[in-house]
Amino acid sequence: MNLILVTFIILLAFTSYYFGRKKALVIQSSQRLTALPKFYGYYLAAWCAAPALIIFALWSVFEPSIVKTFILQDYTDQNLTKNELQLIYTKVKALAAGTYTGNITNFLDESANKYIQLKGIANSAKVAIILAILIFSLSFAYRSVQKNDRMREPVEIFLKWVLFVASLGAVLVTIGIVFSLLFEAIRFFQAVKIFDFIFGTHWYPAKTFVRDGQPDPELMKDAFGAVPLFAGTFFIAFIAMCVAIPIGLLSGIYLSEYAGRGIRKYAKPIIEILAGIPTVVYGFFAALTVGPFVKEIGNAMGLQVSAESALAAGAVMGVMIIPFISSLSDDVMTAVPQNLRDGSYAMGATKSETVKKVIFPAALPGIVGSILLAVSRAVGETMIVVMASGLAANLTMNPLESTSTITAQIVVILIGDQQFGDPKTQSAFALGISLFIVTLLLNVIALSVVKKYREKYE
Amino acid sequence: MNSFKKNLLKKRYNAERRFQWYGKIAIGLALSFLAVFMFQIFSKGYSAFQKTWIVTEVHYDKELLLIDAESPSKDDLENADYYDVAYKAMTSLDTGLPEEEDRQLIQMVSYKYEAEVKDLLLKNPDFLGKIVPIKLTASDDVDQVHKGNYPRDIPEKNRRVNDYQLQIYDMLNERGDILSEFNISFFTSPDSREAELAGIASSFMGTVFSILVCLAFSFPVAVLAAIYLEEFAPKNKFTDFIEVNINNLAAVPSIVFGLLGLGVLLAVFNLPRSTPLVGGITLSLMTLPTIIIAARASLKAVPPSIREAALAMGASNMQTTMHHTVPLSMPGTLSGTIIGLAQALGETAPLILIGMVAFVNTIPGTPVDPAASLPVQIYIWSESAERGFVEKVSACIMVLLAFLILMNLAAQIVRHKFEKKWS
Repeated sequence: MNLILVTFIILLAFTSYYFGRKKALVIQSSQRLTALPKFYGYYLAAWCAAPALIIFALWSVFEPSIVKTFILQDYTDQNLTKNELQLIYTKVKALAAGTYTGNITNFLDESANKYIQLKGIANSAKVAIILAILIFSLSFAYRSVQKNDRMREPVEIFLKWVLFVASLGAVLVTIGIVFSLLFEAIRFFQAVKIFDFIFGTHWYPAKTFVRDGQPDPELMKDAFGAVPLFAGTFFIAFIAMCVAIPIGLLSGIYLSEYAGRGIRKYAKPIIEILAGIPTVVYGFFAALTVGPFVKEIGNAMGLQVSAESALAAGAVMGVMIIPFISSLSDDVMTAVPQNLRDGSYAMGATKSETVKKVIFPAALPGIVGSILLAVSRAVGETMIVVMASGLAANLTMNPLESTSTITAQIVVILIGDQQFGDPKTQSAFALGISLFIVTLLLNVIALSVVKKYREKYE
Repeated sequence: MNSFKKNLLKKRYNAERRFQWYGKIAIGLALSFLAVFMFQIFSKGYSAFQKTWIVTEVHYDKELLLIDAESPSKDDLENADYYDVAYKAMTSLDTGLPEEEDRQLIQMVSYKYEAEVKDLLLKNPDFLGKIVPIKLTASDDVDQVHKGNYPRDIPEKNRRVNDYQLQIYDMLNERGDILSEFNISFFTSPDSREAELAGIASSFMGTVFSILVCLAFSFPVAVLAAIYLEEFAPKNKFTDFIEVNINNLAAVPSIVFGLLGLGVLLAVFNLPRSTPLVGGITLSLMTLPTIIIAARASLKAVPPSIREAALAMGASNMQTTMHHTVPLSMPGTLSGTIIGLAQALGETAPLILIGMVAFVNTIPGTPVDPAASLPVQIYIWSESAERGFVEKVSACIMVLLAFLILMNLAAQIVRHKFEKKWS
C-alpha cells in the first residue's frame, strides 16, 4: 500500500516535470519566459512531491503509536506494567495479521478487530489526505506556472533547503546516538546507583538474571561495578600503546627524515595496509596464533598464562594501531619548516641530534595528538578483545591473565536476543555512553592539539 | 684535534648510526608483522579451496528404493526411499564389518550423503537399477586428515577419527578413491553447522546487500551535505557546530553505532532484526562522516577560477555548483566513498549488536531476509570448535581481503584516471 502510494507520488512528480516544461514551451510562443523551460518542470515536480512526501513520512512515523494508544486504552483499568502492555499489543498485532498461535480470549479478539478497523481507517485517511494535498499543491504551483512567475529562484531555494536538511543528517546521527544511549542508560541508573556503577569493583551482570519479577536490589548493587572494565580497557590500550608508540614513532621518524623518496613511496602505503585489515581478522589472528604462542613462551618460562591473555590482545591491537601513529607523525614531522633543520645542521648537529633536539620537540604537539587519536581507537576497539582476551571481568594488572573491556562486555551482553527493560541490557547502554564520553574527550583534545600545532607553522 | 674531541665525534657518529638502525628496525618490524600475518592466513586457508570426496559405488536397487512402477516418473524418483541405498553404498566399503559398527563408515561422509545419492539419480534417471560410482562429500574429519591438518599420531581416544576409519581411509587413498577437487560449494552453499558443507554464499549476499543499502543511504546524504557545507553554508556558529559534529562522529567507535542501531532502528522503528537492511543503515551512519569529509576535500580542490568563470557567464550559484564544481569534484568524492564502503565492509561489532550473527542456512534474496556478513561469518566460525572451521575462517578472510583490495584498487583507479590535476 505504502509502496504504491510513494510510487504514485514519484510518478506524478515526473509527469508534472514534463507537463511543466511543455507548458513553458507553449508560453514561450506568446511571451518571453522568465526562466529556462526546465525550471517550470522542476517547480511543478517539487511542489508535487515535497509536501506529499513530507506528510507521508510524518504520518508513517506517528501512526503506529497513535493506533497503539487507542488499542491499549481498553486495558488501562487492568493495572498492567509497561512490559505486559507491550506483550498484549504484540499479541493483538499478531492476531490481526493471522500469525497468532496462543490462546485467543474474547478481549483479545475484540482488540484485534478494533486494530484492523483502526488500521483501515488510518489507511484510507492517509490516502485521502495525501491526494488532497497533491491536488492542492499542484493546482497552486500550476497557477504560478500559468502566470509565468520567475521560476528559477524558488527552485534554487528549494534545492538549497534540501542541501541544508542533508547536512543536518550528521547532527541527527549524533542526536540519535546521544538519545538512544541516554534513554536506556537513565533507566539503568534508576535501578543501579550511578555511584555503584562508577566505583564498584565487581562486574557480573549474569547474576541479576531473573525470569520473573524484579531482581534483588542487593544483588544489583554488587553486580554492576564497572571499575574492572574501565581498568581492563585502559590496561589493554596501554599494552597496545607500548607496542605501537615505539614502532610507530620510529617508523614515522625514519620515513620523514631518513628514507629516500622511493622507500617512502612504497613503505608508507604498505604499513597503512595494517590499518585497513578488518579488526575481526586481527581478532582471529590473536586468538589462534598469538594467544597460544604467548602461552607457550610463558609456560616455557614457568609462568601461568591463560590462553586468552591481555598481552596477546594488546599486542595485536598495537600492531593494528602502528600506522595511525607512524603516518600521522610522519606528516607532522614533514610539516616542520626546513629552516629549523638547516639551522641545526649549521650548528654542526648530526641528523639524529637534529631529530631528537629540534624536530621532535617542534612536532611534539602533533605527535601527542596522533597518540591520543590512537588511544581513542584502542579504547573503542571491539573484536580483537572479544575474540582474544576473555570475557570475564577480572580486576587485574597481570598481562598474562585474561581481562575484559567495556566494548567486549557490550557485545557479550547484547549478543543473541535482548530483552529491553532488563537492567542487564540497559547496562550495555550505560557502558556505551561511558565509552562515547571517553572517546569524545580524547578526540576533542587531540583535534584541538593538532589544530593549534597546524596554526603554529602555517 | 685532540683525542677527547675525536672520541666525542666518534660517539656522536655511532649514535647517529644507531638511531638510523632503530628506524629501519621499526619499519622492518611493521612490515614483518604484515608478512607473518598474511603468511599465516594463506598457509592455513588455501586448503579450504580444495574439497575432499570419497568415491564409492551405489546400487540404485528398485526394491530398496521402494519404487513399484515399471517406468518411474520424476515424482516417483523424488519420493523414493534413499536411506537403504545410501547406507549400503557406504557400508559396502567394508563388508567384513559387524552391522552394529556400521556407523563408523557412515561417519566418514557428510550427514547429507543421502541427499547426494538422491541428487545423482534425479540428474541421471537411467542409472536406476544399475551400479554406478558416486562421489560423496567426505566428513570434516576425513577432509582434515586428507589435507594433512590432523595429527595422526595422537592416542586414539583423543582423536575424532579412530584407527579403523584411518585404515579405511588409507585403503581408499591407495585405490585412488579419495578425490580432491576445487571447492565450488564453498562459494555456492550457505552456512552450515558441519564444516565440510559450510560455505560463504549466505554471508556474501548479506555483505553485498548491506553495502548496497549503506551506499544508497550514505552517498546521497553525504554528497548533498558536503555541497551545502562547502558551497552554501554561511559562516556562523551553527555551521561550525555541524562541522565539529562531523569531525567527532568520524571518531566514534563503531560499536556505539551498533547500540544506536539497536536502540533506534530496532526498538523504535521496529525494522526487521538480523537483516542487511538494518545492518546497511547502521553502517551508513558510520560511513556518512567519512564520505562528507572526502567530498568536501575534493570540492575544495576545485580551483576558484572555475567558479568565477561560470559566474561571469551569468550562471547562478546553484548552477555553478551543480554544473561545474560538483562534476569536477566527483572522482575524489567517489574514491572517498569507495574507501568509506571498504571500511564498512570490514565492520563486525555493530552488525553483531543488531543481530546479524544469527545462524542462517539459506541464501538471502532480498535485504529484508535474515543474513550474516563476511566479517561476522569469520567471527561465527572462529568461535566454533571444529577443526575444519579453522581453514574455512582463513579462506573467508582471504575472500574478504580480496574484496577489500579490489575496492581500494578501484578507488585508486577512479582517482588517478578521472581526477583533473590543477596546477
